[in-house]
This record gives sequence, structure tokens and C-alpha cells, in this order.
Amino acid sequence: MTVDTMKQIETEKMVINFGPSHPATHGTLRIILELDGEMVLKATPEIGYLHSGFEKLGEHLDYNQYITITDRMNYLSPLCNNVAYALSAEKLMDIEVPKRAQYIRVLMCELSRIADHILAVGMQAVDLGAMTVFLYGFRLREDIYDLFEMATGTRLTTSYTRVGGLMRDLPEGFDKAVLQLLPNVVDVVDDIETLLNKNRIWQQRTKGVGVITKEDAISYGISGPQARASGIDWDIREKEPYSSYDNFDFDVIIGLNGDVFDRYLVRMEEIRQSIKICYQALDKMPEGEVNIDADSGYILPPMDEVYNSIEGLIYHFENIMPNRGMEPPIGEAYVPTESPNGELGFYIVSDGTRTPYRVRTRPPSLINYSIFSKIIEGHMLADVVAILGSLNIIAGELDR
Amino acid sequence: MLFQNLITKVTERFSDSILDTTEFRGETVLHIKGECVLEVLEMLKSEGFHFLADLTAVDNLEMGGFERYTVVYHLLNHGNGERLVVKAYIPENNPNLPSVESLWRTADWQEREVYDLFGITFDGHPNLIRIMNPDDFKGHPLRKDYPRIGKGERKDFPIVERNIGTKFRRSES
Repeated sequence: MTVDTMKQIETEKMVINFGPSHPATHGTLRIILELDGEMVLKATPEIGYLHSGFEKLGEHLDYNQYITITDRMNYLSPLCNNVAYALSAEKLMDIEVPKRAQYIRVLMCELSRIADHILAVGMQAVDLGAMTVFLYGFRLREDIYDLFEMATGTRLTTSYTRVGGLMRDLPEGFDKAVLQLLPNVVDVVDDIETLLNKNRIWQQRTKGVGVITKEDAISYGISGPQARASGIDWDIREKEPYSSYDNFDFDVIIGLNGDVFDRYLVRMEEIRQSIKICYQALDKMPEGEVNIDADSGYILPPMDEVYNSIEGLIYHFENIMPNRGMEPPIGEAYVPTESPNGELGFYIVSDGTRTPYRVRTRPPSLINYSIFSKIIEGHMLADVVAILGSLNIIAGELDR
Repeated sequence: MLFQNLITKVTERFSDSILDTTEFRGETVLHIKGECVLEVLEMLKSEGFHFLADLTAVDNLEMGGFERYTVVYHLLNHGNGERLVVKAYIPENNPNLPSVESLWRTADWQEREVYDLFGITFDGHPNLIRIMNPDDFKGHPLRKDYPRIGKGERKDFPIVERNIGTKFRRSES
């Protein structure tokens, strides 16, 4: 039925609330929908239900303390947030971390990307009725989170990076565990693609739904897989490499139509590229330290040095005592990074004290969500769920 | 080289509204007066900086600057990967500057966020209402003179009295 035939039937407009607590929002979002029958005439997203003042808090916490807050933003890939924040702070302080730390960061970012994409596809599928995909994806995500737990000590609130390095080196046997996991990822991706790619219901629910044109994507500031599905050849990992991404060989995946189906395909193909990067990172992993020298005054010395030498003890106290701590230069820094959802960057302004003057997160979820009310117009009520899933809105990052 | 040419071109054309051009850690920052932001960004957009990556604000109360508030625009050129930061300064009383929503639709929500958290108003914005905080919220939390613990929002939050329930529980015990 075309839009014209639907308009001829005189019906009363109905306004319904979608959310704030709805199984398909996966977070606390509210959309006020104006419906004509089952067709959405207008959608007004209302956000802010999870606003917790992270940016205000950042002005009162010092540079390393704020890393724990970044975990809580995009809680599906917290390691990417940790890395993005550490990179901005390091740019501000003009620090270059050792190669090993950079490679470990790349490995962790790519594992998070696999977990995030697989969950995004799984969530979208379960909202459209494909329960199996969700269960396959969720099971794999647990395995990846086990790896995070092995390296960082926690599954979700990882806080793995520090300004100037990492919390700790990878544990023994981590590379073997990753090598054991990666073939499983390929299997799961293959399974999901077999289940969905030629599935008639899936195609009918996703093809031609929620099309973002190239012009709209640029005007609305869309980034990440959502933009690449619309044909924008822009991957920050390739174009503005950070953390040694220029040493890795991978392809940038680009879609053609910019609909929900293309966004799904881009995500699946990006998982395969991430697997490639993980193998390369493990293969080329350099030996050595993961932290910069403690003399620089930006990082805590190792524990055995603190307990066994006077210099170590002095550096330790210089770093943690209330009126001391790191002294970054006055200035500002912004490092764009490619998070699973799009361009994530922290804009840090420093006034020369141990706490930042202003910490702004460039939230990909917020900016990608702003196009929602435009692309849903004229679609069915059930497509709200499909489009919402394909944009992968994370409420913690949306509201901060 | 082209980038430098563009900067000189912009500074020549808007010579009386460009305050300064600085560079820090490889980021070029263009400091301009708030009222001419639309014209400058329009020119930069036509010169290739067609992607507004980020829009935010900084309160300069404790740090000092040209004026009290700065609105920061992060521009990106997809063609050659160059980035440029434009900082527009606006005074303390009646903080107000033209909206760039007509150039980039992404500015819609981001300007609403700046309005909500800093109290800076944007002329020509189609729907300037609060986005993060509730509509009846007083004050603008990211201003430096707004205390971190809030202005008693938690204490004054309306509590629904449920007398029937308490009576019931008391009689039972």
C-alpha cells in the first residue's frame, strides 16, 4: 500500500508514547509518536532520562579518576571510551605511549568493536523476532567479556587505560585465549549471516527502511558504520590513524543504500575486518614496557619500586598527594577516534591544574540519534524498532 | 599549504572580527567574535569544511579569555582530512549568537544542549528548548558558578506523601 492510498482513508490522529521504559529501546528513551493508523506522521524523541552530569563531574576529578566515568558512557564498548579519553589527555600533555601499549589498545578496541557490533545486530534481530541470532551473539559476547575480565579484572567497568599507558600488561596466556576465541567469532558471524542475509522476513523488514542519504548523513553529522552504510568513505582508523592504526592492514566497509539492511551488512563485515586486525596485533605485538617513564611525573611508578626505593616512593606521593599531581600545560586537545558507534572524541581544556577545566564528550549516539525523527516519517510503527536498533543508541552515552 | 592559504583568506575577509589565530599540538584554532559566526562558518563550509564534527561551549569564568563564554565548533573536511577549530566568543550579559542550524542540521540538538547546560541562546534556532534537563529546571549546570552539588534540587524534590500506607504499616506492627 503506498502512502497516497493510506492518506485517503480519513482516520483520527493518535499520539502514543514509545518508552521511556520499553523492551525495544534498550535504555531509557522516549519517543512521542503521532500516528495515522499504523503510519508514523511525526516522531519527537525526548532524551535526558539518564542525564547524570558526567561533564560537570569531570571538572572536579583529576585526569586518571575521570577514566572510571568514561566506562559508564558507552557501556557496550567501555574500552574504546577509555582509549579515546587517554589519547586526548596524552595529546594535551604531549606524551607518546610505548608501542606495546598502543598495540594492546588496538587489540582491546577491536575486541570491543566485535562485542558491540555483534550485540547491536543481535538486539536488532531480537526486536524483529529473530531470537536465535540474539542468543548466538550474546553467548559470544560473554566469551569476549571473559577476555576483558582476564585483562582488566572486570567485565564492564574496565578502566583499563591510564594517562601515559595502561593499568597493567596483558596477563600470561591472554594471546592464546584470544587465538582460541577468534575462530568462534568467525563461526558465529557465518551462522548469523546464514540465518539473516537471505531470510525473506529479515529482508522485508530492513530493506528500504530508514534510508539515510549521503547528503543527510553529512548534514546531520552522522559517523561510524551508520555513515559508511550511506556511502561515505570515512573511517578515522584509516584516515586519521591514532594509536598505531596505520601499521595495520584492513579494509573500510562501505554500503550503497544507507538503509537498515546495509547498516547490518556493514556491521557484519566490520567484525570480519576487526578479526583481521586482532590477528595482526597479536602477531606483531612488540615487547617492552606498557607505561611511560615514571620520571615524567604523569604516571605512578610500579609497586615494587614504591616499596623498595626512595625515588619510587617520592614519585608515588608526588602523583597522588592533594595539592600535587600532574601538571599539564594550559591548552586544549581533541582526538577523534573510531568507536563502534562513530566518531568519539574527548575535548579537554586544561588550565594547568591537576583537574581538567572542561571535558566534553563528542557523543556519537546523540548525534546519530538526531536524524531519527526525519527517517522514520512515513514508515510503519513497527519500523521504529528496526531503525532504532540499526542506529544502536546507547542511553548512557546519549545523555551522559 | 592550501590550508594556510584558506586561513589567510578568511582572516583577510573578516579582518575586523577575527581576534586571533593560534596553534596548539597541531590543532589550528580560529578565534572570532560571536556575532559573525554564521558568515565565517558559511565561508568555511563552502571552502570544503562541510562536516560539523562537534559543537560545544566553555565557560571562561575562572580561566579568562576574550569574553565570558566560548562556543567551540570542530570542523572537518572529508576531502583531505583536515580539521579546524573555530571558537566564537560571546559576552556575559545576554549571551547570544546566530544559530548555524541552517548550515548543518546536526547543530539543532547540539545547540539545544549548549542552551540547556550553559544558557547561551541561538538566534534563528527552530526549537530552542531544554534537551537534557526537565523543562522546569532552573539554572544552567555547566556554568562555572553553578555548584557541583546543585542548588538544592535533591532536597527540594517533591515527595508524594503516602499516609494510607504508613498508617497501615504502623497498625500492623
